Amino acid sequence: MIELISQHPIFAALIAMVGLSILFGGLLGYAAEKFKVEGDPIVEQIDELLPQTQCGQCGFPGCRPYAQSIADGDAINKCPPGGQATINALANLLGVPAPELDQEHGQESEVKTVAYIREDECIGCTKCIQACPVDAILGAAKLMHTVIADECTGCDLCVEPCPVDCIDMLPVEETIADWKWSTPAKPGQMIATDRRGELGSNTVQEDAA
Amino acid sequence: MNRTWVTPGGVHPPENKHQSVTQQIGSLPIPDKLVIPLSQHIGAAAAACVEVGQHVLKGQLIAEAAGVVSIPMHAPTSGTISAIEHRPIAHASGMLAPCIEITSDGADSWIEHQGISDYEHTSPEKLLEIVANAGITGMGGAGFPSAVKLNPGRQRPIDTLIINATECEPYITADDSAIRERAGEIVDGIKILSAILGHPHNILIGIEDNKPEAIAALQPHVESTGISIVVFPTKYPSGGEKQLIYILTGKELPAGKLPADLGMVCINIGTTYAIKRAVIDGEPLISRVTTVTGEAVGTQRNYDVLIGTPVSHLLAHNQFDQERCSRVIMGGPMMGFSLPSAEVPVVKTTNCILAPSYAEIPEDEPAQPCIRCGMCAEACPVSLLPQQLFWYAQAQDHDRLEAHNLFDCIECGACSYVCPSNIPLVQYYRSAKGEIRQAHDEKIRSDHARERFEFHKARIEQAEQEKEAKRAARREAAQQAKSATATNGSSGGSSAADIIAAAQARAAAKQASPEDQRAKLERTIAATEQRLQLAEEKLAEAVASNSDKQSVFSAAVENTRQKLEQSKSKLAELAE
Repeated sequence: MIELISQHPIFAALIAMVGLSILFGGLLGYAAEKFKVEGDPIVEQIDELLPQTQCGQCGFPGCRPYAQSIADGDAINKCPPGGQATINALANLLGVPAPELDQEHGQESEVKTVAYIREDECIGCTKCIQACPVDAILGAAKLMHTVIADECTGCDLCVEPCPVDCIDMLPVEETIADWKWSTPAKPGQMIATDRRGELGSNTVQEDAA
Repeated sequence: MNRTWVTPGGVHPPENKHQSVTQQIGSLPIPDKLVIPLSQHIGAAAAACVEVGQHVLKGQLIAEAAGVVSIPMHAPTSGTISAIEHRPIAHASGMLAPCIEITSDGADSWIEHQGISDYEHTSPEKLLEIVANAGITGMGGAGFPSAVKLNPGRQRPIDTLIINATECEPYITADDSAIRERAGEIVDGIKILSAILGHPHNILIGIEDNKPEAIAALQPHVESTGISIVVFPTKYPSGGEKQLIYILTGKELPAGKLPADLGMVCINIGTTYAIKRAVIDGEPLISRVTTVTGEAVGTQRNYDVLIGTPVSHLLAHNQFDQERCSRVIMGGPMMGFSLPSAEVPVVKTTNCILAPSYAEIPEDEPAQPCIRCGMCAEACPVSLLPQQLFWYAQAQDHDRLEAHNLFDCIECGACSYVCPSNIPLVQYYRSAKGEIRQAHDEKIRSDHARERFEFHKARIEQAEQEKEAKRAARREAAQQAKSATATNGSSGGSSAADIIAAAQARAAAKQASPEDQRAKLERTIAATEQRLQLAEEKLAEAVASNSDKQSVFSAAVENTRQKLEQSKSKLAELAE
């Protein structure tokens, strides 16, 4: 055997190659089983970026189904609650150019809203409770319902089913605790002569031209 | 002479401190109305414990601390609570916050109070309790409750107590003048602090070399007390906690750590005076020294101002010239903020009211594009890269901002000060910090919403499954019942005649044998005969007593006799 190998070095090379491929094949096979990733990680990552209002404005029953659909190649601009910020984040994640928000699915609103039930008008029909995707409405049949404001995502899915129209979407008021400084205007929007009012009106356009 | 270290960066803006130290600390007439915001500090807002219309005495508790990181509030003068409502407060947002308004009665009569002269023999716990109950916060800037700071826990022994007398910001002289006039009391306060902290090894008073009078005033009081006065060159911002710790000890406080983690506690010198008043005199924190300065006020000096005094009251007593004033700033020109209205009250952290003229602090020049000169990076006392942060803040690139340590920025304003393009850099950082915090909060909220949605889905699914299981069970039962009738009926076939035959057969099968029937009939006859006998006896009795039940009994007898005859005839039939 050894003689054969020493006389024909090609056999030595072959044996070595076959041996190595079996070894690494085995290793890879083991690793594939041992470190198998459950589910689709990209769907998870997309879902992380979506705002989780579960409003269904994208046409899917919740954020996760939309995340799944994006992973399958759907457009990334169907989420009005997330707005441009979410689109940018998704574009960044997926390495695609960020489109504008698709107005068909609704407009991005500046203020966050929260559902509010006018309690003396509520008839206790439980329709809004069934509509709420995050179980944020408390109540029982023929008893008054109320919204747990902290849990409400502002999806407004409860407004439409209400037979007596007693649900309002109220803007969330800013408090001192969550107030933040505004971003200053971009520099370079004015040239020195504007400041002194020498040229009268704003000449930003001329400046840009 | 203690060694000092030099911090990176820093700037030397015009000091403008001399104007306000020409006179002694003054006092003002008590304003008609004082407004005490319930949140003047870091932590939970205090909870009002008085009612509208209630009369309170000077120093009386009007709001209780809500939780550990919170402070109580006290009435700055005697009077009547005239409102508990939302009022504009000293906050850059110009928003309203809950406040207590006191209409002063002019008597300024104190509530009964008593201090402890023998603080050396009082337990640190007791002293801490006094500090907490006196509503003392850090009076230098941020307003962190002092009792919390002074109680770092057993696992973090304190070996260095740093007293911050730096007062590095231009214009402000509140601490300077307080030291000049109250050095003895301040040193008493430091001794109390030392007792609370278990007599730390080093007690250092950090002070800039632009306050020679204050240093001279402190000197005689600290002799043979173990307290050292450390004088270092004036530079803005040396008074930041991290900066001062580095200057005095050469130790850099890591990001996200507290001085207590390095065995240090850093207290503002104004706070030590308040602690002395609280412990030795038993007076809560109801007044503070505030500098009123700027060219738009006639008299520039320091005042001992009651907490809750409207800024307008301070200005009115100093020949304030609205025409000349570009804006009213609370705090200094570097870190202060323009007040939305002069009605806001002075709070425990208000060290300066600055009313500059247009010439002194002109309106902000419009910002020019960044030319990448790098002066901001040289001025930054935390060695950040302000121009990079500026670009990332404009691009709202939160990840890179955090990677460039935006949250280590102390917002001192040195970068904006040196910027040749007048870019309001600090405002960009503040805004970016706010956005990152908001994004973080929203992330938490959306994760929570996701969890709830998943749970909702699981719940609906489970309910559906249960319904489905019930439906399946019902279907199964129906199926079984059907198949059971099918097997029973299969012997008789399916035609109508068969069904009738089957029914007759079932009826016949149900009938007992003739012997059984006879035996049963005989038993019935015997029983009926007995009953008939009994009924006849009763009828006889009734007749005898002439009872009104005669008819009932006679009917019963008749009934029983009929049944007997029926049974007998049936028996006869059966016999045939």
